[in-house]
Amino acid sequence: MSQTFSRRAAIAGIGATEFSKDSGRSEWRLACESVLAALADAQIGVEEVDGFALFTMENNPEIAVARALGIPELKFFSRIPHGGGGACAPVQQAALAVSSGVADVVVVYRAFNERSGHRFGAGPPPFAYAQNTDQEYRNWINPYGLLTPAQQEAFLAQRYMAKYGATSEDFGRVSVLSRKHAANNPKAWFHGRPIRLEEHQSSRFIAEPLRLLDCCQESDGGQALVIVSAERARDLPHPPALISGAAQGVGPQQISMSSYYRPDIDEMPEVELVARQLWQQSGLRPAEIDAAVIYDAFTPMVLLQLEEYGFCGRGEAKDYLLDGHLEVDGALPVNTHGGQLGEGYLHGVNGIAEGVRLVRGTSTNQPPKAIDNVLVTGGSPVPHSGLVLSADR
Amino acid sequence: MSKTSVPPITRTHDNVFWFDGAQQGRLLIQRCADCATLRHPPGPACPACRSFEWDTMESSRRGTLHSFTVIHHPQDPAFTYPLAVGLIDLAEGTRLVADIEGVEPGDLQLGMELEVVFGAHAHDETLPRLRPVPAAATPSEPDGITA
Repeated sequence: MSQTFSRRAAIAGIGATEFSKDSGRSEWRLACESVLAALADAQIGVEEVDGFALFTMENNPEIAVARALGIPELKFFSRIPHGGGGACAPVQQAALAVSSGVADVVVVYRAFNERSGHRFGAGPPPFAYAQNTDQEYRNWINPYGLLTPAQQEAFLAQRYMAKYGATSEDFGRVSVLSRKHAANNPKAWFHGRPIRLEEHQSSRFIAEPLRLLDCCQESDGGQALVIVSAERARDLPHPPALISGAAQGVGPQQISMSSYYRPDIDEMPEVELVARQLWQQSGLRPAEIDAAVIYDAFTPMVLLQLEEYGFCGRGEAKDYLLDGHLEVDGALPVNTHGGQLGEGYLHGVNGIAEGVRLVRGTSTNQPPKAIDNVLVTGGSPVPHSGLVLSADR
Repeated sequence: MSKTSVPPITRTHDNVFWFDGAQQGRLLIQRCADCATLRHPPGPACPACRSFEWDTMESSRRGTLHSFTVIHHPQDPAFTYPLAVGLIDLAEGTRLVADIEGVEPGDLQLGMELEVVFGAHAHDETLPRLRPVPAAATPSEPDGITA
């Protein structure tokens, strides 16, 4: 079943624009620039692109980018919902397409002016006002003041703290770690700007218990990935990042960022479902993962995901972090690019690029050990997705 | 004052009963007519037995605080900040989100007893609000509607 695509497709190219607060150009152009950069990185001709896999939230449709770049034919194009939760799923679509022969060169991109244009942190996005079943869930949160992702996810963080004795400082250490990694990444918005835990603790509350420095950035930029068959990737200049696992997950009584009606709201069964598939597809166990890029829109979700993926027990992630396991020289280096807290918020797609760099050995914070397998995760608590990227050895 | 960013309520065949009830100060819970499982938020079918048949029961409007947040930013003109919002475990077993009045944010505690009352919200909607249970043992106003 899953063996049909595991390690048969690879990410062969990555490319991004700068990550900024005001790009000064159109989202369409950012998409085009990132696609060209990723193709140049892969050394694949633009005219060879025959597929795109995107977010449904992407404002730049595949046909607009194909038209702008003179890509003559597209044979495969698909869209994945749930924003950052679905971040890894377009790569799954691409892997399925190239490993089944439906397409040969599939590009994934995410490009937006998410700071200078519409800010997700400012309130409901434009599509929230559509009166349909897709948006009906807002009836049960928005009228009471839960209007942004931080506000909606705060319930989980509060419950998690009470249940396991986690503190704001525990969340803050996630932020400090990411900013330390970002400080060493010239591409990161917070390059050269590490923070101390005291700065996290004195940052203002956004939605208690979440402080400003528990929240990721809002960024302008574009990030693209080029997916081809493993066979083709082996003939290209960079070492392939083989896609050994790629999974999606929806759990019981799932609601976007407000699955409040489950017995335990601080558990994320959709994440566990993705983890289970990834281990089955890749044949790996958590102990065999050498580094991870964990979706960090908000710091508590990094801790919760580490637990759902089985790197430590429930409630133990704060101690796992405190013991140094997530450091560059630790057992599981996490968010070596600086994460979305430190590098930029490209809805998780910049994290997939970091997964590729880790496999290639080119991260600015490359761990001092062989990196054979990297876990990359999408956002939570939304319908979830994840990837395992592996070195070709 | 700038315009609220709260999206207007999406009323559907599945949920209009709930908003009609709220308008009258009644907190209704959807109940499967076949297996009696309660569900909230409302939907067209029972997730337990897949029946499309349902009726409603009226909630006691009492429960305990399951989780909460105190919102500082961003601020919407429909609310006063800091804004406490809670997730309540109703006595009947379902949960409900609503904003909280009458408690200092610092005094909020998981598990504290709250009751559901109704009040004006954005777009002139009458919707639930949470508040501490008054000293008297019974809900303070017959229809639960506050000014």
